[in-house]
Amino acid sequence: MTVSGTASPPRLNSVPPSAEDAAALERTWRDPPGLLGWLAAINHKEIGKRFIVTAFGFFVAGGLLAAAMRLQLAQPDNRLIGPDLYNQIFTMHGTTMMFLFAVPVMQAMSIYLVPLMIGSRSVAFPRMNAYGYWIYLFGGLMLFVAFALNIGPDAGWFSYVPLAGPDYSPGKRVDFWAQMITFTELSALIEAVILITGVLKLRAPGMTLNRIPLFVWGMLVTAFMVMFAMPAVMLASTALITDRLVATHFYNPAEGGDAILWQHLFWFFGHPEVYLIFIPGLGFMSAIIPTFARRPIFGYSAMVLSLIATAFLAFGLWVHHMFATNLPELGKSFFTAVSMMIAIPSAVQIFCWLATLWTGKLVFKTPLLFTFAFFFVLVLGGMTGIILASVPLDLQVHDTYFVVAHLHYVLIGGAVFPLFGAFYYWFPKITGRMLSERLGRWNFWLFLIGFNVTFFPMHMLGLQGMPRRVYTYGAEMGWSNLNALASLGALTIAISMLLFVINVWRSLRHGAVAGPNPWNAGTLEWSTPSPPPACNFEAIPVVGGRDPLWEPGGVRGHVAGLAVDSRELLMTTVLDAEPETRESFPEPTIWPFVGAVATTVFFIGSIFTPWAIVWGSVPVAIALTAWFWPKRRENTAHLALERAP
Amino acid sequence: MSAEADQVTATRRSGAVAGAPTVAGGVLDVRELPSFGFSHRSVMWWGTAGLMAIESTVFALAIVVYFYLRTHSELWPMRSPPPELLWGTLNTVVMIVSLWPNQLAKRAAMKLDKSGVQLWLSVCTVLGFLILMLRGLELTALNVRWDTDAYGSIVWMIMLLHTTHLVTDTWDTTVLDVLFFTGPLEGKRYVDVNENAIYWNFVVLSWLPTYAVIYFGPRG
Repeated sequence: MTVSGTASPPRLNSVPPSAEDAAALERTWRDPPGLLGWLAAINHKEIGKRFIVTAFGFFVAGGLLAAAMRLQLAQPDNRLIGPDLYNQIFTMHGTTMMFLFAVPVMQAMSIYLVPLMIGSRSVAFPRMNAYGYWIYLFGGLMLFVAFALNIGPDAGWFSYVPLAGPDYSPGKRVDFWAQMITFTELSALIEAVILITGVLKLRAPGMTLNRIPLFVWGMLVTAFMVMFAMPAVMLASTALITDRLVATHFYNPAEGGDAILWQHLFWFFGHPEVYLIFIPGLGFMSAIIPTFARRPIFGYSAMVLSLIATAFLAFGLWVHHMFATNLPELGKSFFTAVSMMIAIPSAVQIFCWLATLWTGKLVFKTPLLFTFAFFFVLVLGGMTGIILASVPLDLQVHDTYFVVAHLHYVLIGGAVFPLFGAFYYWFPKITGRMLSERLGRWNFWLFLIGFNVTFFPMHMLGLQGMPRRVYTYGAEMGWSNLNALASLGALTIAISMLLFVINVWRSLRHGAVAGPNPWNAGTLEWSTPSPPPACNFEAIPVVGGRDPLWEPGGVRGHVAGLAVDSRELLMTTVLDAEPETRESFPEPTIWPFVGAVATTVFFIGSIFTPWAIVWGSVPVAIALTAWFWPKRRENTAHLALERAP
Repeated sequence: MSAEADQVTATRRSGAVAGAPTVAGGVLDVRELPSFGFSHRSVMWWGTAGLMAIESTVFALAIVVYFYLRTHSELWPMRSPPPELLWGTLNTVVMIVSLWPNQLAKRAAMKLDKSGVQLWLSVCTVLGFLILMLRGLELTALNVRWDTDAYGSIVWMIMLLHTTHLVTDTWDTTVLDVLFFTGPLEGKRYVDVNENAIYWNFVVLSWLPTYAVIYFGPRG
């Protein structure tokens, strides 16, 4: 920024913004250059891109682990991977996909997209956002470094005690798992608070609550769920690590602890987590379908209410993961009922999308194809969900490949297919270039076919009694052909993913130039150039409808009077998005990065000595204080704009 | 209904801004708006509210775990006497007393009264350190170690959970207090004092049920 300690009045933007306004805004909002500048970056688009790329990197790593498992299981009595390594691989696969990919990638997409969709220039706490990213990155890297050193966790992605306790899992493997939880959940909680605050306070004027894009609603509901679900797993994993490191007895029945307590706490988080992954997927669907059906969404209010209902119900069905434990039968019936009930809001949304598609004029581009896969795959997963929600049926297939098939149908169908649709949909916005449609169609069909060839046979394998998590099986079991088929499917998925990477790689250089709105979509992110300038919008739009760009005459107007040479943002009221204050936002700084490094030392140190909690907190406190402490130059700029309420 | 009221209703219905600068010729001029606001007008308030929601969930779950373990045990405490009441009760009284200067600091902040903030924030800082000292004494009078049994484990977990809040907010208050003497200051810093006071209220109010559980859970 250019304002220094002089008395010159701050420069405010005009409408339409002049070329000088635009240039000043670009200087003000861009991240600093150089390596230090890179570490100090806080622009939500930069952090969002890093978050997306990192999450996709973990997705590829988790996928390679899956490929290793399918290679091992491709034939009976295979000796390629031993039982110990296999235990680590399936634990790492589940942990990576759930904690390092599925939840973070959704938050990553929202970090990039939500400010653009609500007509803002930033997330609510940009420095905290950068800190959240670094914490996530360091936590994920820690887990993979541990795995590379043969201390990868090996007690399954949900680390049941007593297997994960000190008696049956000596060494440090499970400790790394427990601390990975601390890292990722801290990051997720931070991002949830940032998102909620941003959506409630930073919307463009006129974007009342009932005009928020449905993807943003989905992320808002998800963020609220994160706030109430994630604390359970953090508490549980802290108790697990203290049981292992300082001999507490939370899960030790010999001293009054209880092993089922772990399952309650884990699934009180774990079931809502499925919806933390699924609801953003629904948000992608609701963004893509109207654009390619060329009409506004059918049943907006019903969609929003369904999202909220799903979030509430998601907290009432964790025990359906525990039907094989010794809990009262009446209690189990309650959880069966809630598990069935959650189908209702899901069905409402599916029917609203079908109505939108039915009455629209469809444009068959790749993003729409991926949403079609959602209908097919998720509904199949939902069907097996009804089977698993029923206690007697669940007991028959508990811990078999039937469950593996079910969860992949739900999660990949419900979240990953829409996510790939979202990649194709917003790639032009993020990069300025279109992905190839031809490669996209190959990517889609190979993924869809490969997915079904991999996971459909697993239903049969489960019904035939093949348990989960076995590193091999005998030829006499009769599971060989179906397993070989599943491995062939996994290879097909791998090829489809390779095509996606090639598509991204080529399109970054040679893709057709996108322009601001290549799909003729209706939401605000498409009103700004692709890729967007550092400030997102040279003038903040004023919104007059749910699909502002589809309103007659487009957006209603623009905001004038915000500083262009200082990071100033418009805050609006929570319900009606009426202008309320202009607030100065913080500038880039290295301290979130330093704070994240200090936090990492603190967390990893505490795996080895409880005293790290004492000495490790000192650098954290120093970094966070330096981060907060105002700089005179910034302060002068803020004072120049100050006007007391 | 007057023509003016009609106009307002129409603007409200259309979602355009009402009671604020109007969109004239496609331009919404916001230069006259204040540059900060207290309570729900500030992002910090929402951030703090989010933090409190998360931490309330943690406290609630920890207390659920306490009673879950209690129902699984025939004796509670399992083999040790309950915590001594003296330090815990004294600390609870001091915490309740600390709400008063905290409220005065909050009020001074909302009036943008620098010397008032300096005074009451300093009192809060001193009280914060006093409460931390008393907490240290409390920890010596729990009559159980974390590795004695499950009762000891959950008592220590809940106590350390709350102590973490005391430490972080006392540090927060100290840093803000120092800043109010050294500068640089701007309007937003008064909002920070306001949010800090709200958070301290939370730290004290979350202690009250915690106190009841820790000290009377083993006596009931």
